[in-house]
Amino acid sequence: MVQLIDVFKVYENGTKALKGVNFKLEAGEFAFLVGPSGSGKSTIIKLITGEVAPTDGTVLVNGFNVGTMKMSKMPYLRRSLGVIFQDFRLIKKKNVYENVAFAMYAIGASSREVRKRVPYVLQLVGLEDKAKMCPDELSGGEQQRVAIARALVNNPSLIIADEPTGNLDPARSLEIIMLLNKINELGTTVLVVTHEKALVDAFSRRVIAIDKGKIISDGLDRYKI
Amino acid sequence: MRRWNTGYYIKEGVAGIFSHGLMSFASVCIIIACLIIMGSFMLLAVNVDAIIDKFEKDNVVLAFIGDALSEQEARALESRIESLPNVEYATFISRDEAMQSFMEGFQDKSIFENLDSSILRHRYAVYMRDISQTEQTQRDLLAINGIVKVNANLTIARGFVTVRNIVSVVTIILVAILLVVSLFIMSNTIKLATYDRRDEIAIMKMVGATNGFIRWPFVFQGFILGLVGAFSAYIAQWVIYTLVSNFILRNYTIGIISLISFSQVALPLFFIFSAVGFGVGVCGSALAIKNYLRV
Repeated sequence: MVQLIDVFKVYENGTKALKGVNFKLEAGEFAFLVGPSGSGKSTIIKLITGEVAPTDGTVLVNGFNVGTMKMSKMPYLRRSLGVIFQDFRLIKKKNVYENVAFAMYAIGASSREVRKRVPYVLQLVGLEDKAKMCPDELSGGEQQRVAIARALVNNPSLIIADEPTGNLDPARSLEIIMLLNKINELGTTVLVVTHEKALVDAFSRRVIAIDKGKIISDGLDRYKI
Repeated sequence: MRRWNTGYYIKEGVAGIFSHGLMSFASVCIIIACLIIMGSFMLLAVNVDAIIDKFEKDNVVLAFIGDALSEQEARALESRIESLPNVEYATFISRDEAMQSFMEGFQDKSIFENLDSSILRHRYAVYMRDISQTEQTQRDLLAINGIVKVNANLTIARGFVTVRNIVSVVTIILVAILLVVSLFIMSNTIKLATYDRRDEIAIMKMVGATNGFIRWPFVFQGFILGLVGAFSAYIAQWVIYTLVSNFILRNYTIGIISLISFSQVALPLFFIFSAVGFGVGVCGSALAIKNYLRV
């Protein structure tokens, strides 16, 4: 599913973000990627989504080798992923339904396929009654659920959530993680990037801890950093 | 899943025009302004060309026939003169006709009463196809047996050629500059509109949209804006040209200026405006979005 083998990443400005990172995420797993700011979490996400290429080492995602693949193949890698961001990244001029449908149209789905799939996904995240509302009319938690619905709508095999609870209060944060947990139980692999200790400790899940560009622990431990 | 969704592209393209109304309006205005300036120069060049054409047609070469040839023999040269490559047609002028025409230039005709027309030569007024070939035509005429002298005003001929060349070069340069300027401004205007939608583009990239999928709604948007601009500019150009030409014809009636009517250039101008509007709109939007696709 996802495998990083001895991955190094040095940015153009000389910043050494990753220094020999190794880990593997199997299909159907749920894992937290934790670490302080500047530890290299975001770089790992960018490597998995193909936004950056590794300086050295191998990054394998859903059968694609991110370091060597052609740019023309990048959309196909991204179609196998669902990405959720801290700031939701919803289009303010589109309503809930359109924000989710947009992701389907983007990969060439027909209107018929969209009409069939979007209501189902909105129901899954509990927003079937708010389909006509615009993002600004929703709470932070609801906006994040729209983002989750958008990530889910193309039925990806892996969901990556980058600080999905960063803008939410503790109760809404817990709701979002529980929703991701439910999605994982339905068979989708989930990787949640966070630095919220309490949230990680609330779930007995795999925790990959990174600091200063190196993996410092990986297991069913609590958040140790 | 289908890879091509024309309905979606058009819908998004049209939606993009209205959701960024001010930018769309600015783009259309820029296209209109550039096309009107470009069109005005083109119409000016066409009119200058027509005026020069008119003057060229009046600029005849006179080929004089030697005294040894009778009128009948002189008239027989017409087919040989007209077979020359640059000769449009030639008109025979007999001695008597030449004398008559000469005398018409004077008020007191009595001074020519005892003058015999035999002092003049039979001649041909030769009309050329291309005035720039005057020297060659003069040589070709002199090579014909029986023609002893050719009067051609080479200075005027060269002057016409120079003026026409200058007008052509200036028009081509101006049209080229205006095209590049319109493309640049249009591209930047759409780039500003695109900047507003950069998050949308980033999301599209993140969910796996191909560059083509992202580009097409913008290209449709540019296409629609380009054509709207072109049609508006065409109508404005029509109105402006008609008003200006009517004004000139009403106020400058000395006869030198004879402007062509808009209907004579309406169709080519329509195609030029449509092509430029289409090209600037489509290329401008395609160029504008290029930077946002490198993610």
